Parts: sequence; structure tokens; C-alpha cells
Amino acid sequence: MRIPCPICGNRDSREFDYMGHALTLDRPAPDAGLGAWDDYLHNRENPAGPTRDLWFHGLGCGAWLVVSRDTVTHEVFGAELARDVTGGRA
Amino acid sequence: MRLASGGQIDRTQTIGFSFDGRQYEGFAGDTLASALVANRVRVVGRSFKYHRPRGVFTAGSEEPNALVTLGRAAAQDPNQRATMVELFEGLEARSQNRWPSLDFDLLALNDLAAPFLGAGFYYKTFMWPAAFWERLYEPFIRRAAGLGALSGKNNDAYHEKAFAHCDLLVIGAGPAGLMAALVAGRAGLDVILADEDSRPGGRLNAETIEVAGQPGADWAEDMVEALRAMDNVRIMTRTTVTGAYDGGTYGALERPAPDWAGHSDAPCACFWRIHAQRAILAAGALERPVAFRNNDRPGVMMAGALRAYVNRWAVSPGKAVTVFGNNDDAHRTVADLLAAGIHVAALIDSRPEATTDLPVRRYAGAQVTDAHGRGGLEAISIATMSGIDKIRTDCLAISGGWNPTLHLTCHTGRRPAWSPDLAAFVPCDGAVPGMITAGACAGDFSTHACLAAGVAAGKAVAKDLGKRARKTDLPRAEDAPYRIRPLWAVPGKGRAWLDFQNDVTVKDVKLAATENFTSVEHMKRYTTQGMAPDQGKNSNVNALAVLADATGRGIPETGTTTFRPPYVPVPIAAMGAGAQGKGFAPQRFTTSHAASVEMGAPMVEAGLWYRPGYFPRPGEKTWRQSCDREVGMVRQAVGVCDVSTLGKIDVQGPSAGAFLDMLYCNMFSTLKVGRTRYGLMLREDGHVMDDGTTARLGEDHFVMTTTTAAAGQVMKHMEFVHQALRPDLDVSFISVTEQWAQFAVAGPRSRELLNGLLDTPVDDDSFPFMGCGPVSVMGVQGRLFRISFSGEHAYEIAVPARFGDSLFRTLVARAEGMGGGAYGMEALNVLRIEKGFITHSEIHGRTTAFDIGMARMISAKKDCIGKAMAARPGLVSPGREQLVGLMPTGAVKQLTAGAHLFCLGEEAVRENDQGYITSVGFSPTLGHFLGLGFLKDGRARHGEEIRMVDHVRGVETTCKVVDPVVLDPEGGRARG
Repeated sequence: MRIPCPICGNRDSREFDYMGHALTLDRPAPDAGLGAWDDYLHNRENPAGPTRDLWFHGLGCGAWLVVSRDTVTHEVFGAELARDVTGGRA
Repeated sequence: MRLASGGQIDRTQTIGFSFDGRQYEGFAGDTLASALVANRVRVVGRSFKYHRPRGVFTAGSEEPNALVTLGRAAAQDPNQRATMVELFEGLEARSQNRWPSLDFDLLALNDLAAPFLGAGFYYKTFMWPAAFWERLYEPFIRRAAGLGALSGKNNDAYHEKAFAHCDLLVIGAGPAGLMAALVAGRAGLDVILADEDSRPGGRLNAETIEVAGQPGADWAEDMVEALRAMDNVRIMTRTTVTGAYDGGTYGALERPAPDWAGHSDAPCACFWRIHAQRAILAAGALERPVAFRNNDRPGVMMAGALRAYVNRWAVSPGKAVTVFGNNDDAHRTVADLLAAGIHVAALIDSRPEATTDLPVRRYAGAQVTDAHGRGGLEAISIATMSGIDKIRTDCLAISGGWNPTLHLTCHTGRRPAWSPDLAAFVPCDGAVPGMITAGACAGDFSTHACLAAGVAAGKAVAKDLGKRARKTDLPRAEDAPYRIRPLWAVPGKGRAWLDFQNDVTVKDVKLAATENFTSVEHMKRYTTQGMAPDQGKNSNVNALAVLADATGRGIPETGTTTFRPPYVPVPIAAMGAGAQGKGFAPQRFTTSHAASVEMGAPMVEAGLWYRPGYFPRPGEKTWRQSCDREVGMVRQAVGVCDVSTLGKIDVQGPSAGAFLDMLYCNMFSTLKVGRTRYGLMLREDGHVMDDGTTARLGEDHFVMTTTTAAAGQVMKHMEFVHQALRPDLDVSFISVTEQWAQFAVAGPRSRELLNGLLDTPVDDDSFPFMGCGPVSVMGVQGRLFRISFSGEHAYEIAVPARFGDSLFRTLVARAEGMGGGAYGMEALNVLRIEKGFITHSEIHGRTTAFDIGMARMISAKKDCIGKAMAARPGLVSPGREQLVGLMPTGAVKQLTAGAHLFCLGEEAVRENDQGYITSVGFSPTLGHFLGLGFLKDGRARHGEEIRMVDHVRGVETTCKVVDPVVLDPEGGRARG
């Protein structure tokens, strides 16, 4: 599998660490309540198809990426910097 | 035997080799298999289960019979296919799976017991008694059935791994692959052309086919020359592409050329990872046998292989050859044999309509029903319209048609489609993204069709990648139609082999169907068909055709098992090249490593780091003696310890304080410049992640430390918090762990020691407890932190790493002059246990700030990672196990880490579990063992007597629950 790091270019997946769905970017407010926090930490879909997940380019530039890919075909559609995803929303 | 002329061998270069201890000769260009055929060696191995004699069957990597062991002693290399081993001077090969010898194999008795050894026999026969399975049956089966063996010794043979990138990977250098590479190369693409043979050309090297008016092999040679002249084309021979993976990644195994044999500085194999934007699979096709009684006799071989031996290596496996087929290749074989002057005893074509102009005895609509001759083929029986004929022959070539080599198209999960016209599976379009197929592997079997497909594929890829392909003339070549009438198995009594390598017969597959293993996947696992090193290359399609017939279904409905990587066996040593021994993981050495080793310290692994366990002195016989002395040194004088392995992260920027507030559960933005603070870091789920001290060197400048073990994890976490959660914060940070050498100087005389080195002496005013700042150490700019992990008056002094070795030696020498010296990990551990300081033994991932008694550190004034979830009812409720100290009180004065705690008088079973011990050490200061552990509601149980049971080590004692901080609870020693 190859991941197109926006900083380093197309790189082998072994340079990256995986950390689950990109929902982890949507950190609830401190007072959002246990239900919201429980969802945020523990509950994830297990999609057969397109998904967005977080990858860390630890053996590269150190960037956290949001990678769009398909869990069935393993096609990687693209990657963007988590910084831009979070920053664009704030 | 060797033919008088012809072949692509160099008859001027004789090469000596041995097989089973006997000396033979071959020529340069020979494989071990062709040289054995030249020397009339017919039996080259014994079969897997029945120990039947077997001969060379194919001429390629699909060889099921001629498996040999090469090399000796530790470097013994089993299961090498003789067809792929290029001959070199001094080559030593041995046959396998026979005892005592190839000619006389005692376990050939298995063949007589064959009625009891059918598919799944071990599920049925060795059922009872159960205990016999492990002790008797399994060892016996393992000894009786098998392939070659490894030496069992450590093999240092040098392997290599490598990476390559290209626009286009062409897999296979036959007519299709050569044309594709030429077109793509001329269009300007970066091309890698990989072929598993030592000589590019594919079938052209094995046939008498002409291309562009030249012999095919000569044309291929010219093509290779033209390709080698292009800088953007790389030809990799002896390189089998073994797997297709996601994202255009391909694995490939490269074997060395034979002239490298015996050079210890040359790798035995190289495993490649090739990243290609596009790939063209031009892997050709594999010929399939026909099953009939005793079709595994030495002397029976594939017709295409026979042509390769005759045309390429100029050897003939027989003097009177017969040819049996269901397609026109049988006729081509006869023609080649006749042209080479080899006597052809008969041509048996199963198609009734078959005719031929060749001067040969011909049987149309006939089938071979049996092969005779135990040690090698002597005669065959033929069923004709008029009855059974018997013909004397010492070599029978069979051609059951061709199967496209589509294995790689299945590697990412797609299955092939059945083509009734070809009576074979063909690859699906787009099976592997970025890969297209061309030539015989796509079902184009004529040379003309292969050349044309190669040109088309090369053009398509060039266009796809934005390049213009130049006009390419298509060389002239034969375009014979492929006429076949399927024939999988000749009906009749006896055993007819499908899978030669795993000894699976038509009967076995039928038995599987009878016993309701009708799915192709079940049949495979029940009979083990297709599970040998050849992975069913010779047998898959025939076996499922037999299964389809036995179950009354068609072949498309029966389906096929899928092919998985690797296409050929890949040595683990090649895949893991460089990772043997010390190459398994990187080693990180501190600047004091050399000095520590000189002092005789045993170095222990801490993650990737190596740290000294203790520093033995003359007269000390056990590690405990050294450890006790080192603890005493620190408590009474001064000790020096390298703490550089702790993660050091430099954090700078206007928002540095706010960032650390987010990261740690306690407050850092309020820390004054020149001060240091202990910090506790939580995971978002409320459990403790790490701890360490952070020093504020300037308004916008902090240096934080992590534990040795968690440094990488913390760095990754920090990057996440900053980039993904708080990109608004203006902060930068970088690991400086290896830039600074840092030493703990601990003990009542620590300041005295340091002031001998510092250009400006320090005192309680300039460096109070938890103070920090820049210092000048004998002219070198360094940093000093007054922090303590021992509970003593202590400092950590940091200098740029290049001064680390010299500073450590100076500190140790001066400490020794003051009644102290260096101390290692053992003493460090005892010192911190006496003080109740935690490590990852305590913050092991399942404990919270509440559990370790630090709940009050979670600041109420700000948000931080883990704050919300740390307040979950379950994480702060009664009944949780809390950190306590433990002292032995029973007759046994020993505590052990990992032991569990129980109330006095209660049985030591899981239901009564009260907690466990995490750390222990012998305190020379107190004269007894001390432990840290977790006990249910432990903070309220100080003073209680409790039972410790270590079920694993068989240790039991009673102990007293105490405060974790046993020594100097007021902290006066560190402050004073």
C-alpha cells in the first residue's frame, strides 16, 4: 500500500503508523457529557467501502494525515494534512 | 544424453558437479536438471508420501519432482528445483526424502501400503488411542512424508534486500514482454523488465519458432541488446516477480548468477520491492499434464519441457520417445524431435480427428492408459479403437494443453474466468489495479499474437502515462491456431497422479467428493492438492476438472482456489535480509557506553538502548553486592548515572505553555523561568500515559523529558495533539534526546562534586530544589537541573553529546575520589522504590492518576487530554486498586514482582484477588525487601497485614501494607 503524503510524496505504508478513523479529530468539548466522550473514544463504524482514517508519517516528515481509501478494494484516493482538516473546521 | 550439436550451451566450457556424491560433467549454460538428463540420471528424487522414484518433469520453476538439497552444514539449502539451478563448478546436490539411498529407499514400502494412505488417511487411521498421536503417529508421519530439511543450525549466508521504482514493470521477457518493454522504452518510460530465467526470451529459447526470419532465440538476443542500449530500460534476469500488492507494489526474488557461487561477499538471493506505476504481466503459460495410471514414472515429462531440453540444452531424455497429447503441441514436439534426430516411437493424439504429415507411427483418438517400468519408464499401454497396444519407450512427453500464468492477477483477491475455447482459466480485466496482461498469460498462444499483444500493451501504458509511443513494426511470426480437446484424466484402474509434489491422485479427489468435500476449497484441504511448494502449478486445473466431473458440475461452477503470493518459494532469509542477529533491531548507545563497558558493567536492553546494570568492583561476587554498594554510595556520598536515554523534547513558541497545559494534566504555563516541574500525562481515555520533568529555560522555551520506554510514543502523541487537535497553538518542538548527554549526580556530596567542575559554583540560592538553568562546565555550555529520582540532594547535568564521554569519565573519577562512583539500573531501581517513585511498572497502561494517588494533580483550571474520561465513575470509584508500599513480615523475607495479594486466611484464588506487586528491590538502607504494588482501596489499608502469593515462582509470604514513600517522606534530603 502506498500513501500520498502531501509533504513527502507517494510513500510505502510501512513508513506510517495507523490510528483508526478520522472521527478522532472531532474532540468533544470538555463538558459534552460521558455519552459524547464514550462515542468519541470507543464507537466506530466498520465500513466495507470508502473510509477516512488517520496515519502518522513517523518514519518520514512526522505529519498526521487523513487518508481517504476503500477498505474493500484497498484503493487510496488521497491524503491531506490533519492540520488542514482541523484548522479548516475551526 | 547429450545431442551431437545444437543448443544454447557453451561446449567449450566443461563444468564438474556432483549429485548424491557421484561426479558428473555438464556445460556452461546447463541447469542442474539438463546436466542430469545429459548424464542419463533418470531418478532424481522420491515422492512426498509414497516414496516413488521420480524424474525431471518440467524445465521451469514449476518443477514438482526434481527437488534437491544444495550446500552443506549450516548453509544446507533444501528443496531447490534442479530446473532453476544453473550449473557451476563444484556444485554439490543431494536428493531428498529417501533413506538410506535414492536407489534403495526403505520407505518405498509406503507405496505398497497405498490403499491405506489415501486422502485424509491420518484423520481416519490414527484416531486411537489419543495419546499415540503426539508420541508415535505424528513423528512417524513427519519422518515418512516430506521434503528436504534445513540444517537446524544458524545460517549466516548473506542475503540482500533492495527497492526499485519505475514507470512500468514488465513481468516476463518472452515475445510479449520484450515487445512491450521496447515500445514503452522507446516512448521514454522508465522500464524494468524482469524475467525469472537466466536468459530472456521465454519460450523462444525452447522452440524452433522463427521471428522476423531469424531463429526465435537469436531474435530475442537482438531485442535484449536493443533494450540494454536504452538508459531508461533495466533488464533483471533471474528475477521472479513473486507477488502483486496494493498500490503498485511488487515483490521479486533475484537469484545470483552462477559465477557468484562460492563468493561469500555475494548475496545468495536478493528480495526486491518494486514500486511501479503500471505493470504488464507477460508471464506466459504453463503446460499441464494428463492423468493416467502410473503417469509419475521417471521418463514421463511435459512435452514443452522436452522441447526445451532438446532445443535449448541439446539433451534427450530418451532414445525412443513417445508423445501423448490432446492438442497440436504434441505434433510440434514430434517435429522437433525428428529434426534433432531423435527416434520417435509413436504419437498418441486423443483427438479422433487428428492427422499429421509427420513420418511417425500415429494413434488418433487413442489414450495412454498405463506406464510401465518401476525405476524408469520402459513401456506404455495405449487404448485404441481396436484394443490395448503396448509400446516400448523410455521417454513419454505429455501435453494436456496450456494454462495461462495468471497467478499474479489473483494476488489482490480477484479470481480468473473460465474460457471454454481454451479449456483454461484466463485473467479478469483490471484484476490488479495498474496491471494489464499480454500474451500467453492472457490466452494469446501464437507467437504472432504474443508479439502483437506486447506492442499493444506497451502503447496503452505509454498513452496512459502521457507519452507517445513511436510506430513499431510487428516482426513476422507463426500464428497457428490453438486446437485442443480437453482431456484431464484417462479413465481406468490404478493410481493416476494429479499433484506430483504432494502425491495426490485422481482417486483422492474422487474420494473427497464422495465424502462430501465438494467445494474446491475443501477438496484442496482434504487431499492437500496444490499445497506443496509448487502450489499446484502443475495440478490445480486438472484436479478441479476431476472434481467437477465427480460432482456432476461444470468447471466454472466448481470454481478455482485462488493464488496467493509468493509465486515461487521465497527464503525467509531473503525477505528478512539484514535482520539476523544484531540486525534484528537498531542498537542505541549512550555516550558513556564505552566507559561503562570498560568498567565491566553488563549492559542491559532498555527499548533499543543499552544501559549498565551495575558496575562490579573487585571482590564483588554477585550483582546484589554491587547494587547494595551503589545504593549506599548515593545515600552516603555521591553517585553518577547516565540518564541520557530519557526522551528529551525541546518545546518552543509563544503558545508553548498553553500546549504543555493541554498535554499534561497539571499546569505548566504558570511555571517560572528557571524552574522545573514534575508532569503527569494522561491518555484521552483517562489512564496515565507517561510522566517526567519539564524545565522552563525561557519565557517561550521548555525542555520536557519522557521515560526511556515511551519517548517515541509521547513524541507521536504530541504531534497528534498539536497537528490534529490544536493547530491554532503557535508552538514547535523536536526531539533532542541524542543531542544532549545527561548524567544524574546524586547524593549528599553531589553539589561538592559539581562545584569542582562548574566554572561558577552553585548554591541553594542559585540552584534551589527544582531549579534549572544554563551552566558552564569546564568551558562547555551545558544545562543543570536540580531534580532527584533517588530522593537525595541531586542534579542532572547536560552537555552536548560530543562532550558526554569525557564528562562521564571525569564525574566518575571525581566521585570515586569522594567515596562514590558510577551506579547502574539496579541501584537506580532500588533508590526509586525506597522513595515510592513510579516507572512504567506502575503506569503500565491500566492505572489512573487516582490509582497512583495523583488525582489532585489534574488541574481544575484548564482542559487537558484525558481530563473528561479520567472523571468517569468507574475510574475513581471505591474498590479500585491503589498504589501502596509493601514490606515482608513473614518467615520468607522475599517479595517478587508479579505476585498477587490476598487477605490473610483467604484462599489464593482469582476470586479473592486483592491486588498485585509491580516492583521489588532489596533496600540496603533498611535491610529488607521493599515492594510497590496495587491493592484494592490500598490507601486506607496502611498498616494491614496481607498475604503475598507468587504462583509462578512458588513464593509465599506475609507483608505489611505501608505508604509508598518509605524513605524520607518529608523530602528533606532532596531539598537540603
